[in-house]
Amino acid sequence: MISLRLRRGDATEDSTGGLLSYTDWARRDIKLLFGSAQVLLLVLLVLIGLGPVVWLAKGAVTPTIDTLRNPLALFPHGVAWSNLSDAWSKVNVGRYFWNTIVLALGSWFCQIVVATTGAFVLSVLRPAWGRFVNVLLLGTLFVPVVVLIVPLYIEVVHPPLIHHSFAESYWAIWLPAGASAFNVVLMKRFFDNLPQELFEAARIDGAGPVRLFFSIVLPLSKPILGVVSIFAILAEWKNFLWPFLVLTNSPDRQPLSVRLPAIQAQTQLGVLLASMLIASLVPILGFLIFQRSFLRGSGFGGALKG
Amino acid sequence: MDNLDVISGEPATASEPVAVVGAAAAKPRRRDRRSPLAWVRGEDLAALAFALPMLVIFTAFSWYPITRLVVLSFQQTNLIDPPTWVGLQNFRDVIGDPLFATAVRNTAYFAVLALLFGYPIPLIAAVLISESRRFRGIYSALAYLPVVIPPVVGVMLWKYVFYEPSSVGLFNTVLGWFHLGPYGWLQSPGTAMPALVVESTWANAGATVIIYLAALTTVDTDLYDAASVDGAGLWHKVWHITLPQLRGVLLITLILQIIGTAQVFLEPFLFTSGGPANSTLTVLLLVYQYAFGNSIGVGFGDAAALSLMLAAFLAVFSVVFMRVTRSWSTR
Repeated sequence: MISLRLRRGDATEDSTGGLLSYTDWARRDIKLLFGSAQVLLLVLLVLIGLGPVVWLAKGAVTPTIDTLRNPLALFPHGVAWSNLSDAWSKVNVGRYFWNTIVLALGSWFCQIVVATTGAFVLSVLRPAWGRFVNVLLLGTLFVPVVVLIVPLYIEVVHPPLIHHSFAESYWAIWLPAGASAFNVVLMKRFFDNLPQELFEAARIDGAGPVRLFFSIVLPLSKPILGVVSIFAILAEWKNFLWPFLVLTNSPDRQPLSVRLPAIQAQTQLGVLLASMLIASLVPILGFLIFQRSFLRGSGFGGALKG
Repeated sequence: MDNLDVISGEPATASEPVAVVGAAAAKPRRRDRRSPLAWVRGEDLAALAFALPMLVIFTAFSWYPITRLVVLSFQQTNLIDPPTWVGLQNFRDVIGDPLFATAVRNTAYFAVLALLFGYPIPLIAAVLISESRRFRGIYSALAYLPVVIPPVVGVMLWKYVFYEPSSVGLFNTVLGWFHLGPYGWLQSPGTAMPALVVESTWANAGATVIIYLAALTTVDTDLYDAASVDGAGLWHKVWHITLPQLRGVLLITLILQIIGTAQVFLEPFLFTSGGPANSTLTVLLLVYQYAFGNSIGVGFGDAAALSLMLAAFLAVFSVVFMRVTRSWSTR
């Protein structure tokens, strides 16, 4: 990778370091074709990518009657900020918002603990049985989580050994979230590429595994911790089926993704749209703030899956 | 990434924790020569402690449920009485169910449509975006934005606003300008599935664009330059350099997309509940209906059998896919 990037610097004069050379860009037909294709793409992306979000934001503060009369009219009878406050307090979205945050943080914590300690064992400590565990972990990558809903559901409602149902409890969502082999593999790959000399130096200086983990591995792993954290929180924010199944009978404890379809029938469209906007705010703002991690992280994940 | 093998050798003599300064620590760390006592006392114990969260969580929520899934598919259970073994009865039930064929057909239809819509478009978009120096960030942010919107919000926005069947639905309003419609996109068996695929493509294509963009930066640009010197045109370069260089990633996104669409659930569940006339009933929706549709517990065996069949199909498919394309993807 690095060698490619270096080479790019000293390319020929005609090279842009891309598909089209300067000569190509100077040709009128190519410039016209490629340039107009790019402009067209931009227009389409604004329309398709940004359009629905902007419309949702508009609909969230438009009186229901106006949206129902013409969804494309721009505030014919003013702005209804009350949609947002109604959603927050009357429809109880504030409460569901909080539930979502608690669920996301718990799942995040569980995923980080499992992934960092697990990867530390497999990559740095490397016990004899690590290989065996690694094979079992990689095996689970072949089993889509969603096919396990039936056994997981039975396990949560009637757990073996413990005679206590975890249905309607957040533990039923937090703990299974930790079982992500993908996180462990991602983390392990990162640890594998940390400079081994550091570990050896620390060991010679008498650092035990605990010191090694907290003083060397974790501080060096901030980039990967950031990526895993962002995707862990986003994934829980998006999660629907599992919380829908295990929190069925406690509406007050359900997250936004489960509540939104449930409140749809008895909520005015304007207030519903406001609720949907509130539900999207955290992921959208998070994306805007951590854009780099998002866009690099997905590429990273894609490269890893290879 | 290539230095993986260089560093994967045994770590040099590891000093044991301070507590153990006995004979065990002095010995070189050779697995076969250590006494069981050293095994228990030394770093392996620390390793075990560190591995505990992973071992407990994966045992409870991955390895055990996978085993349980296999067991369940041969059992009849109602969550109260002890389960009874019924052999292959669950599998016979599922395969004999006329809805099974419908669900498989619909899922395949969804997957094919999703490939038609969602496979070429991100590639074209990524090639165009990667040529834009200045606006690359904006392009990719716009493409990725729908991916971060919670899927439930996306589906509801499309269902109650865009696909609204009356003349004030957003799509129908726009078509109304041309005196077309109104159309009940989700209400007719012919258009319901394509409508689901369009929304799902909107929601997911951005992630694929980002993967392609990352892959495009690794294309050896010397090849472009060499081709330019030889007078190769734009299409020639795309066809003979870009696509061949991307083929590894193209194969990965292809299989990831097929695996993903085989598990489609949220869209049919929230948009149409499998209707109209079962035209959007997918395999996972059928699993859900078996398991939680009637009184809970009665259909767990059938649901487990169908889940197992899906998982087995996907595993076999992935392995065969990788075998078949291996020579082609690594040259």
